[in-house]
Amino acid sequence: MKLRSVLVANRGEIAVRIIRAAKALGIRTVQVYSAADADMLAVKLADEAIEIGPPAPKKSYLNIEAVIAAAKRANVDAVHPGYGFLSENGDFADAVVAAGLIFIGPSGDAIRLLGDKVAARTVAEKAGVPTVPGSDGRISSLTEALAVTERTGFPVMIKAAAGGGGRGIRIANDPAELETQFPQASAEALASFGDGGLYLEKVITRARHVEVQILGDGMDVVHCYERECSLQRRRQKVWEEAPSFLVPPEVRQKLCDSAVALARSVGYRGAGTVEYLYDDETREFYFIEVNTRIQVEHPVTEMITGIDLVEEMFRIAAGASLSVVQSDIAVKGHAIECRINAEDPRRGFMPAPGRIERLDVPEGEGIRFDTMLYEGYVIPPFYDSLLGKLIVWGEDRTACLARLSQALSQLKIKGVPTTIPLHRALAADAQIAKGAFHTRFLETWLETEFAADGGRAAEVA
Amino acid sequence: MSKHEIRSPLPGTFYRSPAPDVPPFKTDGDAVSSSDAIGLIEVMKTFQEIQAGVAGGNIRFLVDNEEPVMAGQVIAEVEQ
Repeated sequence: MKLRSVLVANRGEIAVRIIRAAKALGIRTVQVYSAADADMLAVKLADEAIEIGPPAPKKSYLNIEAVIAAAKRANVDAVHPGYGFLSENGDFADAVVAAGLIFIGPSGDAIRLLGDKVAARTVAEKAGVPTVPGSDGRISSLTEALAVTERTGFPVMIKAAAGGGGRGIRIANDPAELETQFPQASAEALASFGDGGLYLEKVITRARHVEVQILGDGMDVVHCYERECSLQRRRQKVWEEAPSFLVPPEVRQKLCDSAVALARSVGYRGAGTVEYLYDDETREFYFIEVNTRIQVEHPVTEMITGIDLVEEMFRIAAGASLSVVQSDIAVKGHAIECRINAEDPRRGFMPAPGRIERLDVPEGEGIRFDTMLYEGYVIPPFYDSLLGKLIVWGEDRTACLARLSQALSQLKIKGVPTTIPLHRALAADAQIAKGAFHTRFLETWLETEFAADGGRAAEVA
Repeated sequence: MSKHEIRSPLPGTFYRSPAPDVPPFKTDGDAVSSSDAIGLIEVMKTFQEIQAGVAGGNIRFLVDNEEPVMAGQVIAEVEQ
């Protein structure tokens, strides 16, 4: 069948990204928006826009009934959920299908299976994917938890079975801490996710976060290689690269093959990401979780493979087979993405909404800026602080870093504080140039290197 | 006796309690001291505590729980 129209059930830069892909494929676009988002760029770009509720996400972008009602009213063929909001809500996927529409993503059952961290871990193990040493599924008591730590040692992470995106995680360094934190973690998980289920995982210290992009059409699955996303603050990614330059070729092959094996074992349909921890010293990798949606950092993969992942999602949803086979997909060069947030890195990353007074976007070969900004736009306070993503490509990582520094110096956003100074300092840092970092690098670096001059050295350079 | 207005320093979403399912920081009629928390403002997914800023009696809230507020909007009044 042919997709003629789509409802974009998201906001911000990803809504803009989805609309651009839809337009390239000749698909009519209908954008939903909250009362606080009438002026957003996606509303201006879409063929039609429908207000779905008040500013609070749970009354608008998280309101399944309101989104479905808008889709019916607009008479669209399909719904694209973007990332965040309802994108990994199996009930929403089911509701879209029950309304006679196509959900652009996997089935509700696949979302629920892979979204449950314990079930996903079992799926990974069955598919032969290495997992972090930890409990075999859910644990119901402290006694059970203590028994697990005899195998794994400390520190351990106490994770919510229904958690994800870095939420619902606590770390216990010894049995006493486990005793205190276990009941708290259970109560917290119940309150946050409506499910008090917990599991334990050994903490892999000095690990990298590496993830594999996959595409499946329900029959075949391919990978589009991996991304390196170790630079994180409070478990939120800040800077992402592709490929993960320090993983040896034979390990990369195994890593990517394991992601494909996992996705194949569940007949995966759509774009997805399999996340791993990678230990530089032992060269071992461990499965963490699957994200059943497009990721914020998908552009770095697009830059090195030439594949438009969002367009591919539309084709798969329309029932087409994958437009590529594995042997068509090759890595060319290196790409880095910097997340530009409306936060002040010199004041504890305090977020600040406000009006964009001026916007200068760098242009040129290998430079892409995915954003929802325009001059005069007033950023509402009700949603996350992501303003845009600067993505830069180079023939190799050294060339990419040089081009990135140049592009960052040309990117001007006036009116609100942004994380541009942080990225300029990172792009000029010797440790970053060597690739000598892991998932806990950035927080320490912020307290030492960045705190020392607030990124001013990089600005003068 | 005069009325003192407590204003939101930030735009965002106003919360009367520290977490869902727990009692509000203050209810109408309560007395407050200057450093008492009277609510939270959620701005871009981070939470900032709002303190009364003045001591006073008989606080009266003008914004409901989970309502959007503008920077400078009066959240509550106290009698001094």
